[in-house]
Amino acid sequence: MTHFVKAWILAIGLILTPAALSAQQELPAAPVVEPATPSVDPLVPAGADAETAATANAAPSGLDPALYTPMKPTPGIGMPVDGGVDFQQQFSETGQTAHWINNAILIPMMVGVSLLVLGLLFWVVFRFRRGANPEPSKTTHNTFIEIIWTVIPVLILVVIAVPSISLLARQFEPAPEDALTVKVTGYQWYWGYSYPDNGDFEVISNMLSEEEAAARGEPYQLAADNRMVIPAGKPVKLLITAADVIHSFALPSAWFKLDAVPGRINEKVLQIDREGVYYGQCSELCGARHGFMPITVEVLSEAKFNDWVRANGGTPKGQAALNEVSAEGAGAVEETSTVVAPQLVPASNSTGAAAPAASAPVTQ
Amino acid sequence: MTTITADGHIDDHAHDADHKPAFFQRWFMSTNHKDIGTLYLIFAIVAGIIGGAISGLMRLELAEPGIQYLQMWATAHNGMMGGGEASMDEAYHLWNVLITAHGLIMVFFMVMPAMIGGFGNWFVPLMIGAPDMAFPRMNNVSFWLLVPAFLLLFGSTFVPGGSGLGAGTGWTVYAPLSTSGSVGPAVDMAILSLHLAGASSILGAINFITTIFNMRAPGMTLHKMPLFVWSVLVTAFLLLLALPVLAAAITMLLTDRNFGTTFYDAAGGGDPVLYQHLFWFFGHPEVYIMILPGFGMISHIVSTFSRKPVFGYLGMAYAMVAIGVVGFVVWAHHMFTTGMSVNVKMYFTAATMVIAVPTGIKIFSWIATMWGGSMSFKTPMMWALGFIFMFTVGGVTGVVLANGGIDDNLHDTYYVVAHFHYVLSLGAVFSIFAGFYYWFPKMSGRMYNELLGQLHFWIFFIGVNILFFPQHFLGQQGMPRRYADYPEQFAYWNQISSIGYAVMLVGVVIFFINIGYSLFAGRKAEGNYWGEGATTLEWTLSSPPPFHQFETLPQIK
Repeated sequence: MTHFVKAWILAIGLILTPAALSAQQELPAAPVVEPATPSVDPLVPAGADAETAATANAAPSGLDPALYTPMKPTPGIGMPVDGGVDFQQQFSETGQTAHWINNAILIPMMVGVSLLVLGLLFWVVFRFRRGANPEPSKTTHNTFIEIIWTVIPVLILVVIAVPSISLLARQFEPAPEDALTVKVTGYQWYWGYSYPDNGDFEVISNMLSEEEAAARGEPYQLAADNRMVIPAGKPVKLLITAADVIHSFALPSAWFKLDAVPGRINEKVLQIDREGVYYGQCSELCGARHGFMPITVEVLSEAKFNDWVRANGGTPKGQAALNEVSAEGAGAVEETSTVVAPQLVPASNSTGAAAPAASAPVTQ
Repeated sequence: MTTITADGHIDDHAHDADHKPAFFQRWFMSTNHKDIGTLYLIFAIVAGIIGGAISGLMRLELAEPGIQYLQMWATAHNGMMGGGEASMDEAYHLWNVLITAHGLIMVFFMVMPAMIGGFGNWFVPLMIGAPDMAFPRMNNVSFWLLVPAFLLLFGSTFVPGGSGLGAGTGWTVYAPLSTSGSVGPAVDMAILSLHLAGASSILGAINFITTIFNMRAPGMTLHKMPLFVWSVLVTAFLLLLALPVLAAAITMLLTDRNFGTTFYDAAGGGDPVLYQHLFWFFGHPEVYIMILPGFGMISHIVSTFSRKPVFGYLGMAYAMVAIGVVGFVVWAHHMFTTGMSVNVKMYFTAATMVIAVPTGIKIFSWIATMWGGSMSFKTPMMWALGFIFMFTVGGVTGVVLANGGIDDNLHDTYYVVAHFHYVLSLGAVFSIFAGFYYWFPKMSGRMYNELLGQLHFWIFFIGVNILFFPQHFLGQQGMPRRYADYPEQFAYWNQISSIGYAVMLVGVVIFFINIGYSLFAGRKAEGNYWGEGATTLEWTLSSPPPFHQFETLPQIK
């Protein structure tokens, strides 16, 4: 009897998974952008420590607040949700395809096969129990049925393999030549993001303490002090490597995971269309603080991304090219490698207020 | 054997079936396959208690977010070696030591010794009608290599291994975390432990292959051989081919660590990913090594309690052979995120899915064996039924993970943890319990208690499902493996999972009460206590069988 109840709990658990997905998708997908000035964040509920939030927002990473203030994450977006059962909502195109394959093909396959086996077990237990069937048959062969249960699984696997293989092909589409490159380096135990197209400055990204995360209104163990920032709606070429042991750069809400292997450079395209903050965690055992080197990615409009680059002392991509030409003309190629340059005077005073409205929420 | 008898050496003192050596000679210098099997089973139970206790510590720490106990445990651990208060890094390192020890103990010192060393030693000779294993003294060497292997692993937790005491590399021992990333002798000791355990298994595999090929009773062709013997034969070949690769891989780790080689260091022309290829070339067959003997046992139990011969015997035997063969060409599905090329990923996706076909044949053949049968539901049968369903659930998540594009998100998350615990903790372990209850009276001569057995099954079944099913949800939400602490969004299912551990623990306690009660007060078992469904040769002997059996070889029709 308990067997029966338990089986139903299992089945319901499996079936609820797609339901939870649709529930999640009703969350607001519009980005919530911080005001450029260090004012009190409107999202902080009344009674919250507004002063702390304000100071934290003012210059949390030592960058010029006129150019960049860290965006507040949207609750439930780009991070796990309390008691969640489904995948995180997906914000990359391949992620949405993969999520669809899982929920529309693989989960029905799993539920179907499991229920078929369970149903057959219940039937034989009921029909062929000793009380109901005292004389066992001696059948040991049935070629037809053996062919059936070999061929049908093969067909099911083919049905799975076709979209799965084409998903793989799309995940491996190379970045266009003009794509922005970000080099991700795993260290014990933090991440470094360098921007070779923007003057090659490196952003060092450490986990925020519980108090700092609370002050910034970010989830503890997911939030980092300095974020990896990328422009929205454009393919970004990530070059992923490590300096000591193997780490793994993971961003569940973009269906993205690639190992950071010392001595190797792994390349993969990351494209997120929606502005916002997305969290991930190191996903390859890398020593004592493996669980404490989160990944925080902030996706900004092109203009705001350029401001962020300036705030870090870099040059936006187009201008970088111009500078290089002039530098080469002068016969001197300048190589800059700035490690988290705080308080650098920005090249311009644009505040990003003129940035275009956020790109439309991703739909399938 | 036949040659010896033909030569007329009848003065062999061992021909008296009831003659048993004295205690020390019997248990420490044993050449008797049944005694060695018993030693293996005792060893596996001890290791299982330790490995299971470690997972209890882990579920306790993970029951709620934040670090509650780890620092305390690390301080106590330091204290044993005369150290002081543990730092947070030492506490986190202890976590990695716990996951490493749990994995290695359960794989090398619990499941493998129980299935191959324990049941394999006990029942392969009995089932093929042989007096003993082909190389009885080598059999003893196999077992006694396992003891120092375990002691080395145990000892490694008390010497420095990087950020703290013990080897914190995970059971996979990936370079460079296990080379430049772990300073101190702990990882060296863990590697030597694997060497000894591997040597033990290779010797065992040679013994089984030789025994099965050469010592079958007259008339028992390969196609008349019981399925458990088939499963051990396939497993022995997997061991023989896979373990040398592991030995090579970890020897290179050892020289990288100690003698300045750079097999796994890109700075010297090596490659860290090479280690992963070698490890998983062993590691994937290893998971079939852990489950195939279980397949064999389940076939016998289903047939016995349905009073019906196994359906599709040849299909069942060759499905295991197919699983063994294909198991060698799918290893890189453990490495989908290491940065392989798209073609390699496509190949390993397709090849991995192929394994679902022979596995499906086995599941359906078990059901067809029951179909038309006259089923009774004694404890071993309950475990077998539980096995079939739980292994199916673990199998279908395996098909999901086989898809390289889907695995990008699930790799190294709790989804993987849930998957392999469904096939191992609910698959392999269920089959071990099934085999244990099936053969316990044959081995001990006393019946187990049926009520306690049923209670054990139901409580354990409910417990492990509460324990592991929510981990699918955690994995889909993105919770990575091998984390001592987690964001509070993961708290709910982690708490449920820890409750499941407590339920399971109650079941395990009942199991031990049952063993204790049955050994001392159990009803005496007849030779064939399962009746007409049990048809293999071990049921023609008394329970327990005589110290030496089949002095006259049985004739198979």
